[in-house]
Amino acid sequence: MAAALICVISVVVFLQFFVSYCRSVLTVSRKVELSDRVREVSGIANRNIGADDFARLVQLVRLCPQQGDDATEIRAVGTYYGLLRMVKYLSAFLIPALGPWTERECESCSHFAAVALDRRISYSRDLFTQQVADRT
Amino acid sequence: MQLGPFDYALWFVGFLVEIGVVVCILYKRDVLRYLSLTIYMLCAAFVTCGQYFYVSRFGFNSSQYFYYYYYTESLLTILLFWTVIQFYQQTFREMKVSGYIRGAAVLLLLATALFSYAVVHENRSHLTTKFVVELGQNLYFVGVVLTYLLWGAILKLRETRTRLIQLVLALGVYFSATACTYALRNLFPSLQPYVLRWVPPLVGLWLPVAWAYTFAEVSEDARLATARLVARAR
Repeated sequence: MAAALICVISVVVFLQFFVSYCRSVLTVSRKVELSDRVREVSGIANRNIGADDFARLVQLVRLCPQQGDDATEIRAVGTYYGLLRMVKYLSAFLIPALGPWTERECESCSHFAAVALDRRISYSRDLFTQQVADRT
Repeated sequence: MQLGPFDYALWFVGFLVEIGVVVCILYKRDVLRYLSLTIYMLCAAFVTCGQYFYVSRFGFNSSQYFYYYYYTESLLTILLFWTVIQFYQQTFREMKVSGYIRGAAVLLLLATALFSYAVVHENRSHLTTKFVVELGQNLYFVGVVLTYLLWGAILKLRETRTRLIQLVLALGVYFSATACTYALRNLFPSLQPYVLRWVPPLVGLWLPVAWAYTFAEVSEDARLATARLVARAR
């Protein structure tokens, strides 16, 4: 009985902490301005980042060399994005008012992925510059 | 049951990240501010080395490794409570209630020790798997409650330090996920060899990785409004 109670409470608390953690990571990245370079690379030079850009941006992130400290956060935000898509799908039938909120959150996830991509592109460029400097 | 390359890889990465957090704190010269956290991470790294020693010397299925794993886990959890207490002190720093927090911390530790003693006393004739799992589950659940109360205080006091907020939230995810895993083990022991076996190492990796990310990416001066973090449709 105690184990079942602990299990239920822990799942509820886990979801709360997980969502808040992801939102804190997204809020920090939201303050970062995207460079023209990443806008050009990801094909969003003339428009705002959309909620549906997330998957494409994460694919681009995976193509870049890993910097080492953001893989878990990308995975956590990816899980949060998946949860949001599920909520969006369900809310379309049950609570339509949740739609705009999930859309905004998904946009924040896409922005986070774009910031991660920007960081990794800069890292790749630094690596390339270093290699060229070592050769000469 | 034998360990595969994935188990060893998880182990090794876990050890590296634990050391990485300590290096990050040293590099940013934040040791005094996060003293308990640094000591916890160092101890966790030592325990990981000890686990490797026990597995290579006695084997993964040995009772020596089993008891070493669960009892060091419980000791590390108690050490983690100290980190939570330090987070409480940082949150309530301006209210000048450090004395009360220290008093409450001592009381809490005494209560935990007393509770654990009572459980040990009750189970002294059969200190079995069920007992260590139950002890772990209870300790982690105390951690969940403590972190949840701290999160409530952070929201109530409108704390804005991003680093503190992220450290506490990562800790909350860790405590709740581990307490849930222990409770599931208690409820469904048959799940252990297949599903639940992978969860503790992955969750154990979460805490140092999330903390390393926070120390590396978020400066001490960064601020954010906690009201933005409470999921709510506006």
